[in-house]
Amino acid sequence: MSGQNDISDERAARYIEVQNSQEFADLRKKFRGFVFPMTGAFLAWYFLYVLLASYAIDFMATKIWGNITIGLVLGLAQFATTFAITMVYARWADRELDPAAAKLAEHMERGELR
Amino acid sequence: MSALALPWQATTQVGNTTLNIGIFLVFVLVTLGIVIKVSKQNTTAADYYAGGRAFSGRQNGIAITGDYLSAASFLGIAGAIAINGYDGFLYSIGFLVAWLVALLLVAELLRNTGRFTMADVLSFRLRQRPVRTAAAVTTLAVSAFYLLAQMAGAGGLVALLMGITDRGGQSIVIAVVGGIMIVYVLVGGMKGTTWVQIIKAALLIVGAGIMTLWVGTKYGFNMSGLFGDAVQRAQAPLLSGGLQYKNKIDFISLSIAIVLGTAGLPHVLMRFYTVPTSKEARRSVVWAIWLIGIFYLFTLVLGYGAAALVGKDAINAAPGKQNSAAPLLAFHLGGEILLGVISAVAFATILAVVAGLTITASASFAHDIYAQVIKRGSVAPDEEVKIARRAAVVIGILAIIGGIFANGQNIAFLVALAFAIAASANLPTILFSLFWKKFTTRGALFSMYGGLASALTLIIFSPTVSGTATSMFPTANFAWFPLNNPGIITVPLSFFLGWLGSVTSDEHNEAKYAEMEVRSLTGAGAEKAIAH
Repeated sequence: MSGQNDISDERAARYIEVQNSQEFADLRKKFRGFVFPMTGAFLAWYFLYVLLASYAIDFMATKIWGNITIGLVLGLAQFATTFAITMVYARWADRELDPAAAKLAEHMERGELR
Repeated sequence: MSALALPWQATTQVGNTTLNIGIFLVFVLVTLGIVIKVSKQNTTAADYYAGGRAFSGRQNGIAITGDYLSAASFLGIAGAIAINGYDGFLYSIGFLVAWLVALLLVAELLRNTGRFTMADVLSFRLRQRPVRTAAAVTTLAVSAFYLLAQMAGAGGLVALLMGITDRGGQSIVIAVVGGIMIVYVLVGGMKGTTWVQIIKAALLIVGAGIMTLWVGTKYGFNMSGLFGDAVQRAQAPLLSGGLQYKNKIDFISLSIAIVLGTAGLPHVLMRFYTVPTSKEARRSVVWAIWLIGIFYLFTLVLGYGAAALVGKDAINAAPGKQNSAAPLLAFHLGGEILLGVISAVAFATILAVVAGLTITASASFAHDIYAQVIKRGSVAPDEEVKIARRAAVVIGILAIIGGIFANGQNIAFLVALAFAIAASANLPTILFSLFWKKFTTRGALFSMYGGLASALTLIIFSPTVSGTATSMFPTANFAWFPLNNPGIITVPLSFFLGWLGSVTSDEHNEAKYAEMEVRSLTGAGAEKAIAH
C-alpha cells in the first residue's frame, strides 16, 4: 500500500469522530434523502419515455395539434423536467445543504460536534 | 447510426473553400493569442491540470458545454433529425438527461474528494496502485475512442468543406489539426484549453441560435408548419419513430450507455477540478445543462429545417451526406459567409474537444501511472508536469496517426463506444466508491476491468464490426452478439461484479473512508484554488 493511504492517527481519529457524530449523520441523510429519490424518479421517467418511443410508435406518432405529436410533446417534457430538476436541486442545495455543511465544518474546527 | 458514416468520394462542393479556411484561420489565431495571454503562469501541477482551480462555475459550465458538444453532436444530431426525423431527436434527449447523474450524484462529491484525475477519487480509500492503474487504463480507453471519433470526423469535414477528396490531402489536414491542438495543450495547459472551449461553445451556440431564428422567421415561428413541410418534402414519416432505430433492444441499450456514460467520461470529470469549490462545481453543471439543453432544442429546429428547406436528396448527394445537413442549411440561409462561419465553428469544435481529451489522457498517464504507480508518489510536481507535457505530445501524435487510419469510420459508432465503456467501466466504480461503505479494491478491479473487457468483447462481436454491409469489416462475419451497443448487458454486469468483488473480499480502511465521506460532503480538506 502506498504511503498516501496512511493518515496520522490524530487526523484519522478526528475524521472518524466527525463521521460518527449525529450532526454528520443528519447531513448525509439530508443529502441522500434528496438525491437518491430524485435520481430514481428521473431515470424511471426517462426509461419510460425510451420504452414508449421504442414500443408505442403509433401512440407517440398521434397528432394532437397540427403536426405536433405526443412523442414530440413528451420529448420536450424530458427537456422541461431536466431543467426543472436542475433548478430545484440547485436551489435546495444552496438553501439547505450548503448552510448545513458550512455549520458542520465550523463545528469541526471548533471541536464542538454533537 | 450507420447513416452517420462519411463517404470519401466527394461529388459536389458547396461554398467557398478559401473563405472557409480563412475564417477557420482567424479562429485559430485569435484563440492562440488568448491561450498565450492567459497561460503566463503554468508552472504548478494544479495550473497545468486544473487551471489553478480558478475558473468560475459559469466559465466552467460553458467550457463543459464546449467539451461535450462535439462535432458528432452538432453535425451528427442535426443530420440525424434531417434524415430520420423523430429518432434523431430521441437520440439527443439521452445526452441531456445524462447530466442529472453528474449533477445529483457525482460533480460536487468528486470535486471535494479528488485533485486532478478520476483515479484520485476511486483510489482514495482503496489500494492505490492497482486501482489507479485500472482507472488510468479505462480513462485511456475511453479517451482513445473519443479521440479517434473526433479525428475521424475531421477527415469527413475536410471532404465536405474544403473539397479535399483524396485521402492524402485529408491526412495532411488531420495532421495540421492535431498539430494545432498539441500547441494549445502544451502552451495553454488546462487554463488555455478551457478558454478554447469557452470561445468555441459561445460560437457554436450563437451560430446555431442565429440559424434557428432564421429558420423560425421563415415559418413565422410555427413549428407545426415547419414539421409539415419537412414531412412533405421528405416523403417519409419524419414525425414518428422507427426510421433510424430498427432494433428496439439495441436502442434501449444505447440509451443506457448514454445516460450512464456521461458522468463517467474522464474529460468531463476532470473539468470539475478547475473550479474552487463544490458549490462552483454545482453551478458548472447547472450552466452546462441549460446550454446543452438549449443547443439540442436548436438542433431540433435545424434538423427539421434542413429536411424542409434543403431536402433529403440534396443532403444525401453532398459529400459527408447526413453530416452535411447543418452546413447545407447554413448555405441555403446565409450563403457562403454563413457556411464559412458554421464550417469554422465545426472545425473549432473538433479542435477543442480533441485538446480537452488530450490533456485528460496526458494527466492520467503522468499523474496516475507515472507519478503514483511507477514512482510510487515520490515525484517532484515540476517533473510530473514535464512528463504530462511529453505525454500530451505522444498522445497527440498517436491521435493524428489513429485519425488518419480511422478516417472513414463511423463517428457516431466510435462515440457510442466511448460512452458504453465509460458507463460500464467507470460509472459503477465511481458510484460505489462514493456511496457504498463496503466497497473494496477487488470490487473496483472486478467492476472496471470486467466492464471494460465485456464491453470491448461484445463490441468486437457486434454487427457494427462485422456481418452487415455497413460494418467496419463488411466482408467478414463473426458477429454472434446481436446488438450494436453492449450497455444493456455490460452496465448491469459491471455493477454486479463490483458487488461480487466486494462481498468476497474483506478490506476496510476506516480512517480513509471517514476522511473521504466527511470531505466529500462538507468540503473540509478539499483542494483549494491557487492564488497568483
